[in-house]
Amino acid sequence: MKDMLQLRSVDVGHGGDPLVSDIHLGLDGGQCVALIGVNGGGKSTLLNTIAGLRKPMAGEMLLNGADIVRMRSSERARQVSIVLTGRPQAGLLDVRTIVGLGRQPWTGRFGGLVETDRAMVEEAMRVMDVGHLASRSLQHLSDGEAQRVMIARAMAQDTPLLLLDEPMAFLDLVNRVRLLRTLREQAQARHRLIILSTHDLQTSLDLCDRVLLIHDRKLWSGTVEEARASGVLERVFAGEGIRFDPVAGSFRPH
Amino acid sequence: MSRRNLALLLGLLLVSGLLFLLHLVTGAVPLKVEEVVHALFGDGLDAVSARIVREVRLPAACTAVLAGTGLSACGLLMQTLFRNPLAGPSVLGLSSGASLGVAVLMLARPLWAALWLPDEVAVVLGAFIGAMGVLLLIMMADRRMGDGTGLLIVGLMVGYLCGAVIDVLQVAGSEGALRGFVLWGMGSFQEVVGSKLGWMVIPVLLGLVVSLLLMKPLNAMLLGDAYARSLGIPVIGVRRTILWTAGVLAGTITAFCGPIAFLGLATPHVARALCRTSDHRVLLPTTIVTGGMLALLCGLLVKWPGLEGLPLNAVTSLLGAPIVVWVLWSGERWARTS
Repeated sequence: MKDMLQLRSVDVGHGGDPLVSDIHLGLDGGQCVALIGVNGGGKSTLLNTIAGLRKPMAGEMLLNGADIVRMRSSERARQVSIVLTGRPQAGLLDVRTIVGLGRQPWTGRFGGLVETDRAMVEEAMRVMDVGHLASRSLQHLSDGEAQRVMIARAMAQDTPLLLLDEPMAFLDLVNRVRLLRTLREQAQARHRLIILSTHDLQTSLDLCDRVLLIHDRKLWSGTVEEARASGVLERVFAGEGIRFDPVAGSFRPH
Repeated sequence: MSRRNLALLLGLLLVSGLLFLLHLVTGAVPLKVEEVVHALFGDGLDAVSARIVREVRLPAACTAVLAGTGLSACGLLMQTLFRNPLAGPSVLGLSSGASLGVAVLMLARPLWAALWLPDEVAVVLGAFIGAMGVLLLIMMADRRMGDGTGLLIVGLMVGYLCGAVIDVLQVAGSEGALRGFVLWGMGSFQEVVGSKLGWMVIPVLLGLVVSLLLMKPLNAMLLGDAYARSLGIPVIGVRRTILWTAGVLAGTITAFCGPIAFLGLATPHVARALCRTSDHRVLLPTTIVTGGMLALLCGLLVKWPGLEGLPLNAVTSLLGAPIVVWVLWSGERWARTS
């Protein structure tokens, strides 16, 4: 079996010492992967690097066998989509237009949408439950709603690899669970690989298929069960004021 | 484009057409519509009216359309590029830079007389170099400071600086050259006659075509550079193209018509209020047409019987400045381009 996303000896960072070094990773499609680590540990940097928005300091990243860095930007946009933190100041654009921007890699010179594009936009809005906001302007939405719109935009981009940077930051527990369920369904139904960074260990351990942990400038990768059993979670968060309880499978402050 | 916005665009085109016609009819010698039509399409050249229409009024109306459409497109490009509703060719010092370029050519002629260039080309070149120079400076300031207020202040300071250098040049310039320069500074659509028009048409049309080709990347850039890149837009190249286009448009138009105030800044806001979207596939055509219409209106006012001699820049400022204030006053609704 060939992995969809492969990282070989990758270092990521902003120059100087890498934030995370010597990453070896192979992930197949059809799963939802949580990227966990403390603030400033390099989660966003890693996601941005995989998305091709910044260059890795070393190593090679392959998506379905093709080098992400060397890929033409128009081709990369058909392979990787990303949802960034924060809400863009998109002026007077309604939600449907913003989600429609996700179709840009697939449209012609003027970005006009054809019937299949429109159908994908409506489908993405339906999946993310923002259809009722379609003609509202982004700046008038709540943070959670705006976040869902930006995720719908990435879904409309229809890429095999979908990256999300802190998609649950503004959501309450109910909506976090709902979002992760939706993402997991999408991953399985369309054989997509979805990687999301999060601080919500509890929900992501419950609902994701795999865990990536950034600790001490290294990336640990494994299934949720492996993560729980291996003691890696205790090590990562030891001294951070919380303690992993292996019996309950959850964290407690101490 | 929605049916509403298509109807809006057609309506604006219709009004522009009427204003254009009014331009041909109005003037020191009033002409009837039949006379104008005859002057334009008839072959028996009835000397006076045909010459008035063909050699004076038609070029002036065309100049107004070119200046209005070009400056407005330039303003919208800059507002999207800098993510700043107050960006525009006159506010960010582009017009000042172009003025400086023209001043150097008109007032300090002995300095460059060694270069053999036709006057029209030299003035366009001077204005273009001036506008581009300021644009590059603004671009650097934008990258370094990355906030809108700082950018505006730099633009204003560049404007003052160019003004001061122009003042110095004015002391040095001959009286004749000085008068020409002051008249040019008041702005006019009437000066572009004969072969000059061709020198203006080509760069402005080119700029308009390029900006229309940029509609898709401009939309992506509304989401910010990172999202634009993730959508496959080569952001650096697009930024460069936007800058060149804005420089060519502002430079060419300023060279021929003088530094026209407010048209480039205010028109995108009027268009945004009309079509109620930032989607450039709707907004850019609407802005271009609205700009042509407003310029025709201003041009008409300064040649309206009884108002002749009014400086064009006074009219565009009287019209444009309140629009900009109204935009900011009425809250973020239309102000937020970015």
